[in-house]
Amino acid sequence: MEKTEYVKLIDTTKCTACRGCQVACKQWNEMPALRTRNLGSYQNPPDLQWNTWTLIRFQEYANKNGDFKWLFRKDGCMHCTEAACIKVCPSGALYHTEFGTVGINQKLCIGCKACVSACPFDVPRFNQETEKVYKCDLCYDRLKDGQQPACVLSCPTGALTIGTKEAMIETAYQRLDQLDGKGVVYGDKFVGGTHVMYILSEDPAVYDKLPVKPRVPASVILWKNLFKPFTLIGMGAVAGMAALHYLIKGPHEVHENKQGGE
Amino acid sequence: MTNHYIDLKNSDVILIMGSNAAEHHPLAFKWILRAKENGARIIHVDPRYTRTSARCDYHVPIRSGTDIAFLGGMINYIINDQKYFRDYVVNYTNASFLVSPDFSFKDGLFSGYDAEKRKYNKDTWTFQMDANGVPLKDPSLQDPHSVFQHLKRHYARYTLDKVSSITGVSKENLLKVYEEYSATGAPDKAGTECYALGWTHHTSGSQNIRTMAIIQLLLGNMGIAGGGINALRGEPNVQGSTDHCILYGNLPGYLKMPTASLDTLGRYLDKYTPKSNDPQSANYYQNYPSFFVSWLKSLYGDAATPENGFGYSWLPKMDDGKHYSQLHLFEKMYEGRIKGLFAVGTDPAVSSPNSNKTRKALEKLDWLVCSNIFDNETASFWFGPGVDPKQVKTEVFLLPAAATMEKEGSQSNSGRWVQWKYKAATPPGDAISCGDIQIRMMDAVKALYAKEGGPNAESILNLKWDYKDRQGNMDVLKVARQINGHWEADVEVVENGAKKIVKKGGLVPTFGMLKSDGTTSCGNWIMSGSFGADGENKMTRRGKDDPTGLGLYPNWSFAWPVNRRVIYNRASCDINGKPYNPNRKLLEWTGEKWVGDVPDGPWPPMADKEKGKYPFIMKADGVGSIFGPGMVDGPFPEHYEPLEGPLDHNPLSGQLINPAIEIFSGESDQVHNASEKFPYVCTTYSCTEHWCSGALTRWQAWLLEMQPEAYVEIGEALAQELGIFNGSKVRVSSARGKTTCVAMVTKRFTPFTVEGRTVHQVGMPFNYGWLYPEDGGDSANILTTTVGDANTFCPEYKAFMVNITRL
Repeated sequence: MEKTEYVKLIDTTKCTACRGCQVACKQWNEMPALRTRNLGSYQNPPDLQWNTWTLIRFQEYANKNGDFKWLFRKDGCMHCTEAACIKVCPSGALYHTEFGTVGINQKLCIGCKACVSACPFDVPRFNQETEKVYKCDLCYDRLKDGQQPACVLSCPTGALTIGTKEAMIETAYQRLDQLDGKGVVYGDKFVGGTHVMYILSEDPAVYDKLPVKPRVPASVILWKNLFKPFTLIGMGAVAGMAALHYLIKGPHEVHENKQGGE
Repeated sequence: MTNHYIDLKNSDVILIMGSNAAEHHPLAFKWILRAKENGARIIHVDPRYTRTSARCDYHVPIRSGTDIAFLGGMINYIINDQKYFRDYVVNYTNASFLVSPDFSFKDGLFSGYDAEKRKYNKDTWTFQMDANGVPLKDPSLQDPHSVFQHLKRHYARYTLDKVSSITGVSKENLLKVYEEYSATGAPDKAGTECYALGWTHHTSGSQNIRTMAIIQLLLGNMGIAGGGINALRGEPNVQGSTDHCILYGNLPGYLKMPTASLDTLGRYLDKYTPKSNDPQSANYYQNYPSFFVSWLKSLYGDAATPENGFGYSWLPKMDDGKHYSQLHLFEKMYEGRIKGLFAVGTDPAVSSPNSNKTRKALEKLDWLVCSNIFDNETASFWFGPGVDPKQVKTEVFLLPAAATMEKEGSQSNSGRWVQWKYKAATPPGDAISCGDIQIRMMDAVKALYAKEGGPNAESILNLKWDYKDRQGNMDVLKVARQINGHWEADVEVVENGAKKIVKKGGLVPTFGMLKSDGTTSCGNWIMSGSFGADGENKMTRRGKDDPTGLGLYPNWSFAWPVNRRVIYNRASCDINGKPYNPNRKLLEWTGEKWVGDVPDGPWPPMADKEKGKYPFIMKADGVGSIFGPGMVDGPFPEHYEPLEGPLDHNPLSGQLINPAIEIFSGESDQVHNASEKFPYVCTTYSCTEHWCSGALTRWQAWLLEMQPEAYVEIGEALAQELGIFNGSKVRVSSARGKTTCVAMVTKRFTPFTVEGRTVHQVGMPFNYGWLYPEDGGDSANILTTTVGDANTFCPEYKAFMVNITRL
């Protein structure tokens, strides 16, 4: 299959945090809402969850001159080229699609949560009830059908756009010029390049939960190169892995607050 | 909007004041961002740093209710530093007109004030006339009686120090905004203003907008691409509903609701048909009788004849001097004088001010009919907090209505674009459209009147009421065509210079052809032309051609009036019809005709003394009103404090509050000014995630997940003072009620220095209600005051006083 790499560009300088993307994602992917509380922020749900694959992070920030800014960052899967999650996934549930994005096949997911700890962006989320991991697949079904991802389609301001990797990298740097260099392009310089990129108005270190130099953890590289090949021999090995996981980590602990109906 | 959403991209400076555009007009905001990408400066002036502020070049915090002081200071700056566009001011505004020598302004009061009635006699708010009855002018603008000199004197009092002390805005910030915005006074620059409920929800709401209108006239920003005064109106079809007279004083197309003393059609038309003796003034409203009589014909059809004054006597009349706003309705309900209420698509138990009073008023009703897509706090008031259902006698009906996507019809956006939409889904269960509900109800009422008679039965029995299809459902196209207008007789007309006979029943192609003799009918004159004579529904047009390159898209939908995209567009050209800004050419006079947008009338520009006309054709004098005697509270806007505020004096005059507002002084209308009990200024608003009162969106789990419950936004300094932590529960109270909610401690509210002391402001969304979600808190309107703007009675939701305690 011919591979055309796509990149979704998130231009935070155009984002009004209307959260149309957050709702569109739930609608297209048929993800339920949970009953939340206001914890003193517009950001809600407070973090990514198994049923919330994208989220606007609201951050009140004053720089060293005391200039105040309210930063909005749409968080979600970055769709890495060197994807730690794919490297650690023992069952093949996580995989690279023909668009360079990271797809997920829940049928194959064994709920080992290796991807959860491996992801440098802390994206995959585990559901206690289904015992599977969930995350954004950049609307693989829509992309395959020549459609934009639901979040991009919903964006009223043009903060979200998608196109071929080359075109979007070019667009990103053109936008940076337009901003007189007052911004940062984020995503093309690490983990082999991500398929979600940002234009940030501030230094990446300023943003909550955004790694400045994301990389595939050393343990994952070790895992991938030394042990993973053995685990893919067959289902027995998969079961073995689960057993191993049980021995190391113990039984699943319920630490998510189950609230409200789904 | 005088302009339209796309036109925002043509602006050089956009002042967003009285609006949280990004949160409440998220789609429209893209055009503001487009302007920014083109190099425009975007300024946000607002008490709170919002999602709008985040995308602007900068944010300037201002104390709620002090916009006139802020803008008055800008007028002072524009005049002192001669930033005004002199040619424009002299030719296109009434700045040169000479005001009556009897007009005066002293200590916050204009001449003619009657303190007992809280009302002005406006006899001195007039112009001096020459022998022909044309206003006297001084084009040098030097005459001390000229509007310009009055303006200069009036706003000379609005010094930087004074304005800063009132508004709490630093002098640096004031100057920064004044300088940047007034730079658009250059002939080739465009500045626009976006406002919304942040300006209208005040006791001086109309005057907030008037102040900006004066600035726009001084800077020559009216009638140009990228300019104008732009009310951002909401998704609930606010534009369409006001066009079709949702306000009590209006009839369709902003015609006036008659009062009892105007007992004949002649007296009524005489009062509302403006006159001008200036041959260069088009005074387009002189056609008022054509619009009004055609409307009567649409109402009563063949029963409306010249002999019976076209049924004028059947119209209900308002009592002279009485008002019928929502505030007044609930006042009368509270007093037990109103027995029944239809609440259609509305949730006043959440959205009306002073909820405790509003909810109590509902208990006094005999019956209440609600029509909505969900149950809401109004329909369920009888088992609300603190209400014993056994004690409530009101009989309540809840009629299930179709949602907007479940019906066909027109929807008008803020830019006056009337866009046709089709039904996307069938309403569930027994739900039918509100139109169908009205039709069934009126059918029943008519049948009862036919059988039993009753007071003023003719007004019901003569009502033309043929809007059903063969199945007996509302035929929305029949309604739309009636709104456009029909010929009521075979008439000879002149079209493109040629005479022709049009047939009775045909569609009138434009309001210019409406007649006052009963040969035309039209349900709403401004909508005339929404259909072509050939039957084309222009509201369905979706042409994407943009011949001017300015984003007018003349073949996309229909814009009233007559598909004009920018109102007063002749003012974009000089008196010879040459565009002031050739790079943004909205219109140009070729010597024979206007080219570009649909011009404000076909006449040549005003330099042609014989045939030329002034550009502001809807104004009797033909020019923009810097002096505006139409307002009830003064021809120049003046700063007054909100009804309830932090000060015990007005730093500018002896009048603390707007002297022309009506005071509601019942037991439930306590007001505490400058009170230690309620020391913090509070304002209310909605949030992006909920729509209006939240009566529709709170039931939507995805939206509720994002904004799950009521909160109060509190600045860090105040929170620290009160020992309140982010996310903790607090009680917010006012002289009228109290409610509990979550504290959102934020850097986005900062304290103001007002008259030398620190004033804190907080803010709350009003879009929550006790019914659903059950633990989501209640409406912030429990705290607000029953008071409205002096001109419109739009409630003062945006400024009142509260206390906050940690729970």
